[in-house]
This record gives sequence, C-alpha cells and structure tokens, in this order.
Amino acid sequence: MANTQLQDADPRDGAVSSRPAARRTKMAARDVNVFYGDTHALKGVDLDVYEHEVTAFIGPSGCGKSTLLRCLNRMNDMIEGCRVSGEMTLDGRDIYSRDIDVVQLRAEIGMVFQKPNPFPKSIYDNVAYGPRIHGLARTKSDLDEIVLTSLEKTGLLDEVHDRLDQPGTGLSGGQQQRLCIARAIAVSPKVILMDEPCSALDPIATARIEELIDELRENYTIVIVTHNMQQAARVSQRTAFFHLGSLIEMDETEQVFTSPKNEHTQGYITGRYG
Amino acid sequence: MTDLANDPTAAREAASAAARVRRRYAAERRFRLYGILAIGAALSFLVLLLASIVLRGYGAFTATEVELDVFFDPAVLDPSGALDRATLGGADYRRLIIAAVGDRFEGAEDRRAKREALAMISTGARFDLRDMVLENPGIVGTTRKVWLQTSADIDMLRKGFITREVSEGERRVSDRQLGWFDSLAADGQVRTVFNTRFLTGGDSREPERAGIGGAIVGSLFTMLVTLLLAFPFGVMTAVYLEEFAPKNNKWVDLIEVNINNLAAVPSIVFGLLGLAVFLNFFELPRSAPVVGGMTLALMTLPTIIIATRSALKAVPPSIREAALGVGASSIQVVTHHVLPLALPGILTGTIIGMAQALGETAPLLMIGMVAFIVDIPGGPTDPATVLPVQIFLWADSPERAFVEKTAAAIMVLLFFLILMNAIAILLRRRFERRW
Ligand SMILES: Nc1ncnc2c1ncn2[C@@H]1O[C@H](COP(=O)(O)OP(=O)(O)OP(=O)(O)O)[C@@H](O)[C@H]1O
Ligand SMILES: [Mg+2]
Repeated sequence: MANTQLQDADPRDGAVSSRPAARRTKMAARDVNVFYGDTHALKGVDLDVYEHEVTAFIGPSGCGKSTLLRCLNRMNDMIEGCRVSGEMTLDGRDIYSRDIDVVQLRAEIGMVFQKPNPFPKSIYDNVAYGPRIHGLARTKSDLDEIVLTSLEKTGLLDEVHDRLDQPGTGLSGGQQQRLCIARAIAVSPKVILMDEPCSALDPIATARIEELIDELRENYTIVIVTHNMQQAARVSQRTAFFHLGSLIEMDETEQVFTSPKNEHTQGYITGRYG
Repeated sequence: MTDLANDPTAAREAASAAARVRRRYAAERRFRLYGILAIGAALSFLVLLLASIVLRGYGAFTATEVELDVFFDPAVLDPSGALDRATLGGADYRRLIIAAVGDRFEGAEDRRAKREALAMISTGARFDLRDMVLENPGIVGTTRKVWLQTSADIDMLRKGFITREVSEGERRVSDRQLGWFDSLAADGQVRTVFNTRFLTGGDSREPERAGIGGAIVGSLFTMLVTLLLAFPFGVMTAVYLEEFAPKNNKWVDLIEVNINNLAAVPSIVFGLLGLAVFLNFFELPRSAPVVGGMTLALMTLPTIIIATRSALKAVPPSIREAALGVGASSIQVVTHHVLPLALPGILTGTIIGMAQALGETAPLLMIGMVAFIVDIPGGPTDPATVLPVQIFLWADSPERAFVEKTAAAIMVLLFFLILMNAIAILLRRRFERRW
C-alpha cells in the first residue's frame, strides 16, 4: 500500500482510477451536527479521512470548515455553548466517548493554526514542550534527537541550527509556521489538522509549506482547510466542499476540480462566488 | 469635464477641501495644546505639593546638640561603690544634667532658673547618659565633655522657627535661655547632627525624641500579613474565575459583580468589618499588625483579583490553543504558559494594591492601631501603629516641632510608595516578554 501511495505522491498526475480500493479510514464523521447556541453550524456531516492522504476542506467563509476541524480534536470543548452530536472516530474509536482522555487525544491529533502561534520561548523549547509534557524522552539526548528530527522534517533545521536558544517569536512568519508544524509532529501524532496554515504567508513560504505537507503525508494523515483552490488542488488527494454548514460534495480532488457533480461546487471553484 | 481648471464646481470643491484640511490641522493643534496644558497643570500641582512637604519637613532629619561638661558623680550614681548594672541602670541621671547646666549656665542658681536651664536639654538625654555609663562603667567618677540633645524648643530656635523679636511672654524660649544658648553657640558648643533617632526610634511625647521607626516596622509587619493573605487568595481566585469557572453561569456572574463592587467599597467599611469580626468575634489582639494586615488584605483582595484577571485576559488565546493543540492539560496550559505571561501584570497589580494598603488609615483607626505606642513592635502580634496613622497622630499634635515631624513622616511614606512603584516597574521590565 505504501508503494502505490508513493507512486502517486504527486496528486496532479495521479489518475483517480489508479487509486487502490483498500484505503484505510483514519478518521470518520457520521451525522455530525454542531450548534453554537442557536446557530446550526454543521448539518449532518458524513465523511471519511483516509490514512496517509491529505484531505482538503474548501468552501465559502462561515460554512463550517474550521468548526468541523476543531471537532476532530475536540478543540470545540473549550468553546462555551458549543454542542456536538453524531459520531466521530479515530481508528474506529469514538473520540467523544466517555473513556477518551481529551488531553491524550490531542496528542494523537495535532493542530496547526491559521496564524503562526509559537510560544514566547526558545525555538528548542517550542518543539521540546510537547515531548516534555508527554514524557516522550527519557534523557536529554533523546529529547535533543526528537527536537532535531522534528525541525529537520520541516526543513527548518538548516535555517535555525545555530540559534535554537533564540525566541521562536523572532523568526519570520513562514519559519514560525514551520516551527508550529515541527512542534505538532514532535509528539508523533497520527493526524495533523491544519486550519488555513498558509493564509498569513507569502507565495514562497507557502510553496515551502505545501512541499512539506506532501512530504509529511508519508507518515501522517493530514486534514487541511484552505481558501486557495490551487493549493487544495496541489496538495490534497481528496477534497470536501462545504456550503452553509452542509457537506455538499466530497471526492477525489481530481474529480472535484475537473468535473464537480454539484452546481454549488462548480460555482465556487470557478470563482463565481465565495 | 475636459477642462478641469476652468470648471467652477471643481475649483470650489478644491477650495473647500483645502479649508477642511486647514480646519483639521487647527483642531489637532488645539487638542494637543489642551493636553499639554492639562499635563502642565497637573505637574505644577504635584511640584507645589512636594515642595511644600519637603520645605516643611526636611528639618526633622537634623537635631541640635549642645556640649556640656558632665561629672559622673559616684555619690549620685552608685553610693555603695559596687558598680553593678542594676544600681547604675536605676540611678537618677537627671541630677547629673541639673549639675552640668548649673555649672555651665551663669545665673542658674535659684529653682526657677535651674528649671529653665534644665528645660533646654531634652528629657530623654538622661537615658543617653545612662546608656553611656552602662556601656562603660569606668567613666563613673570622671568629668566628660558630652554632646546632649536639646529640647524641641531650642531645636526650633536653632532652626529659626522661634523669632527673637516678639516679647518674652509670647515666646516659648525665655530671654535667659536665649542668652545661654547664644553663649554656647559663641563657644562652639552647639552642633547640628543627622537625626538617626527619627528614623529608628519609636513615638514619644517629646517631639525631639519622637521617631517613625516603630511605625515603619509596624507598616512592614502589616504589609507582610496583607501580602501573604491577599496575593495567593487573589491570584487563585482570579485564575479560577478566568480560566476554569463555567462562563455564563449565574453564580459566577454574581461573584464577579460582588468582587467589582467590593473594590469600590469605602475603606472604613473594611475597618468596621475587621472590628466586628477579627476583634469582637475572634478576639484577636487589638492594635496588632496581624489584624491590620487581615483587614487590609480584605481591601486589597479585589484590586489583586481584578488586576490578575485583566492580566490573564491579555494573554492571547492563540497561546492557549497552541498549548492545548500539543496535548497540554488545562492546568498545564495555565501554569506553563498563561501565568508566566501574565506575571508582570499580576505583580504590577499586586504592588499597586499593596501601595494603596500602605497609605490606608481609616480602617486601621477602627481596629485600634491608632494607639500611642512607644516600643518598636517585635512581631505581628505586638501593638503597633503604621506610617499613615503616625502621620495622622502627629498632625493632631499642637507643638510646632510636630509640624516638622509630620511633613518628614510624609516624606518617608512617599519614599516607600515611590520605592514600591519602582519595584513594580522593574519587575514588569524583567518579566515582560514579547509574543
Ligand atoms: N465560537 C463561536 N461562537 C458562535 N458561533 C460560531 C463560533 N465559531 C464559529 N461560529 C459560527 O459557526 C459558523 C461556521 O464557522 P466556521 O468558523 O467553522 O467557518 P469557516 O468555514 O471556518 O469560515 P472561514 O473560512 O471564514 O474561516 C459561522 O456561522 C460562525 O458564525
Ligand atoms: Mg475558519
């Protein structure tokens, strides 16, 4: 399976038909409804996120993309007045069941936010924070290794190796965002959720992150929210289009962008609205 | 439309636009001027206030001393010749001073003259002599030149507050005393020294002996109790309310409203509460810094809670999300990220609250910290007074010398307040981080 995946690593030339049928569902949502007080933000959403793939959520502003993303690692628990119904699973486990430890769950499902938000600590401590609180490293050298490999994977190591003790807030926007990704992968999550990770970045930094997402796909499952159609087309294997809180269409990215089934999808991706 | 310059409407619009810009500039200039005037007025009031206090009070930091030949008469001090501490400590040193002034001052023979001569020397001087003897019993039987502190009246005379021109009856210093003082001055036997007793001593009925040392120590103990109570309770309350309490819960709202109201309650009400609860119900000691500290802690608590909450609110939510996102528990989010980032704000708020408490008088009057206390308190349960109450007490005294003391005590209080604010600024600088 890993082989076939590697073969169509580039989503642009991956023909839909060549995809193996035996894709594994990493996360699934079944009939998910979300309310913020009286606002019905998500209406009966059903979707599957496949392992080792990038799933893109697109749709006009306010359609509930972030809401769904935040439900996937229970970040919405923090919001007062937010109610979630339906079922959501990670590897078949119900993540809203009583015996799930939310803190542990969030270590398994990492998150990268729209605005880079490094801690006001050193670059090293930013990455080391997660492993430290989860006790992932026994010794200082274990920790060093985790930090260095995480930075390495995000391609940041070469740029910052001589100033690991400098504040993470002193990096450029694109570097900060990669630092946040390094911080997320340092705890070895299974899934990484990214909410518009490139919206605050310039095209070069964006290209760097897109490349990174494609590399990370090999080891992690990624869900990305984006407003940039080209980006969704470039990095994702599957795309979900939302409109007014409903999942309108979800299919192979290729399919969604070349022959959308729904007229709303068609209108959105051709830029008629949104 | 093609010929803009000749278009009358366009020209009119350009003119009115220029006028609008001019008016805007004028308005901005006027606004800035008002601001500068306001600052100028505030500053001049401040300078006036400080100058009047300093001019009135600086004299209290100096004392006047005169040099006399004192014969440490064994017949007075130790008739038995045993030279033991008990006898030496209990002897009548006033008689040494009476003898010394009688020798030095011409015409101090009759009782009235002797009394006048004796009145020039501070009544506390005998204790200084006693301490000298106890320290070095060998001086008994010898004659020594000793600098003795003068009474407040002579001190005032030296500082120029007693005018010689007015008739003797309206002056606190008699003509005879004036003559003696002048003869001492002529012989170089008058000197001005730094008044350490003012900073280290306790209160006294004699203005020249009165010091604010007791009040400073009392204030320290009181502030310590206040800090130990108000800081942990205030910070814990604020952290719970801000980070953990359910939002939109009517009990939480009720608590919030009450805390905000508590911050606006007049301080004397807290004094009454302290009197009713701590003194009458729990029967804690009167006039003690513990009770004062507890009362002031009640008063400072809302200030600390409100300051801490706003410091916590100012921590960007993105930091909390980041920490939650890597799987930190809510306690870890607070202790690892939110509290350290809020610390400068919390400390500033706490110090401002403490500075308020340091200057507070009314509630302490209610719990008896207004008593006249000579001894320097040795612990938080000893009777004590505090700086602002000491100022209040001295301001009430009729003697001219206490006017000076009052102003000087205000200077000391202001010094401590400025010190606390400086610490607040330093701490903020030290812990402040960018994000
Ligand atoms: N904390 C909240 N409280 C109340 N309503 C909310 C909250 N967050 C989101 N909503 C509402 O839920 C709906 C979906 O919001 P969401 O943030 O998921 O949209 P989105 O698709 O991410 O939009 P965008 O592309 O602009 O980020 C919106 O109508 C929004 O007003
Ligand atoms: Mg969003």
